[in-house]
Amino acid sequence: MDKSQGRLAAVPAASETLAPAATHSGHRGLMLEEPLIFEQGVPGRIGVDVPAAPAAKSRLGSFKRKAPIGLPCLSEPQVVRHFTRLSQKNYGIDSGLFALGSCTMKHNPRLNEKMARLPGFADIHPLQPVQTVQGALELIDELARWLKTLTGMPAVAMSPAAGAHGELCGMVAIWSAIQAKGEGATRTRVLVPESAHGTNPATAALLGFTVDPIPADARGRVDLAAFEKKLGPDVAAIMLTNPNTCGLFENDIRKIADLIHAAGGYFYCDGANYNAIAGRVRPADLGVDAMHINLHKTFSTPHGGGGPGSGPVVLSALLAPYAPLPYVVHGANGFALVETATGAAKPFGRLKAFNGQMGMFVRALAYMLSHGADGIRQASTDAVLNANYILARLRDVMSPAFDGGPCMHEALFDDTFLKDTGISTLDFAKAMIDEGYHPMTMYFPLVVHGAMLVEPTESESKESLDAFIDTLRYLAIEARKPGAAVWFQAAPRLTPRRRLDETRAARAPVLRWKPPVKTAQAAE
Amino acid sequence: MPELRFTKDHEWIRVEDGDVYAIGITAFAQGQLGDVVFVELPEIGKKVAKGGQAAVVESVKAASDIYAPVSGTVVAANDALAGEPGLVNSDPTGAGWFFKLKATETAEFQDLMDQAAYDAFVASLG
Repeated sequence: MDKSQGRLAAVPAASETLAPAATHSGHRGLMLEEPLIFEQGVPGRIGVDVPAAPAAKSRLGSFKRKAPIGLPCLSEPQVVRHFTRLSQKNYGIDSGLFALGSCTMKHNPRLNEKMARLPGFADIHPLQPVQTVQGALELIDELARWLKTLTGMPAVAMSPAAGAHGELCGMVAIWSAIQAKGEGATRTRVLVPESAHGTNPATAALLGFTVDPIPADARGRVDLAAFEKKLGPDVAAIMLTNPNTCGLFENDIRKIADLIHAAGGYFYCDGANYNAIAGRVRPADLGVDAMHINLHKTFSTPHGGGGPGSGPVVLSALLAPYAPLPYVVHGANGFALVETATGAAKPFGRLKAFNGQMGMFVRALAYMLSHGADGIRQASTDAVLNANYILARLRDVMSPAFDGGPCMHEALFDDTFLKDTGISTLDFAKAMIDEGYHPMTMYFPLVVHGAMLVEPTESESKESLDAFIDTLRYLAIEARKPGAAVWFQAAPRLTPRRRLDETRAARAPVLRWKPPVKTAQAAE
Repeated sequence: MPELRFTKDHEWIRVEDGDVYAIGITAFAQGQLGDVVFVELPEIGKKVAKGGQAAVVESVKAASDIYAPVSGTVVAANDALAGEPGLVNSDPTGAGWFFKLKATETAEFQDLMDQAAYDAFVASLG
């Protein structure tokens, strides 16, 4: 009996001729081509029936609009489909493995979202009387207690809104301490390793410091001898990331801290990679004076397009008096917000309107409380284990940048394995897209040639890691075959758009849509 | 063509006229950088010391400082790079020059690597 119900009994063999590059509609399968919303609009079409605005006398005078505003006019289903289709072209951590090194694209637990939407956190206003937001202030205070406990540091500034903002906070605190000692005119140099995040030298330069780079040694760590030579009475601070951007632990960090302190300078630690050591190492024990913590990395609050960052800064006892306003204290009448300087505190000012990223605070504390101290420790451990698994399984076909031992939370490769193939790191990354993977971070850190920085995070299962590794192994082996360059250089082939012209995008960016000039009408 | 000399930072320098020198980046440097998308040039009249930061070159991969190979005063900047930074890629030692310096100490030029020494230096980088 025919059970095919009209379906073909067998799928025809796929071949190049049966899979044409172009379709009549321009769509490919169910991946739909989507014009810009401005190109879809039809004047007068409307999604909502709103009453006409009452006639009002315009007081704009010469500022009165002379031409139509040009908003796209669409129906509700058109708008819904437009943004749904755009979202389907997106790739995020909810779609799959996102090994973007240095960015810590870990899973954002749904429990965090549930907590952040509780009306007592979501529907409050920062100008409400503090008696009516005691729960929210208690949450900020509790999160601060966790951050201080995990890092071993005595104080934390909660208001910085991102990692680089946190760097600025910590470095302004250091600058303030230097000014208070009357050394502002002489301590003007900040030491920054060559492998640092670009925000480190930018932050130091913004504050008027001279940036002095420290070279890396053959092991991918700070060259200790070069660092010692650069110390002097004019050194204000060192800005050091640990684990560093090569995904390696700075083994000499205690010695570096002692030396900078002996020279009268401060130790700013870039905490972007704290997710590798949270629950295992206390930055206070490493001699850190200030360190920002990316809640949007280590503590799983969303980032990228998903939400604002949040970068609280833990401070040593020496820097704590300069912490910015406002901060939460627990007084006789419950929790209170300190908005002006009192007592020994010498706050350097404010960094942000109000109290910080409240929604991110809720998510971060939800993560901490749901994981517990042991869970946070396990997350760091698994992040490091996953990266080492990738490093170990790819070592023979790709080229580790520093193969002197285990890595921390990131596996870093250089492009030696592509040498003489004609294939670049960029080509390799584009080929990954055809295989369904968002590429790793490329060409960073700059100290490694053709760098590929892979950060799997603890979110991935062994099956997920194996599938990713098998794909990279396949590509690395293919790359060595004669004639592979043509194929790699043509990637990606299966995306809605082929390889984009990054050079032209940077040299001649089109930043604003303009209606096409109607030449046909003009000719009439 | 007048002689080119080179720095370890992959800048080239060439005598233009007496104590005036033209400066740019080498073919090797532009190859490493990839497509150049922006060049920040020094202002005319700026005084730079040998090894001091004089310009910035930005490619799709990275931004890099350009250092003065000799001490001097900036007397010209290649404004064509503002509209066409790709000249650095297509003609690094010609139309892709960055700026010209009036040197205070011409002896500094003689201390730099000649073509053979620079080629050997690049080869040593693997």
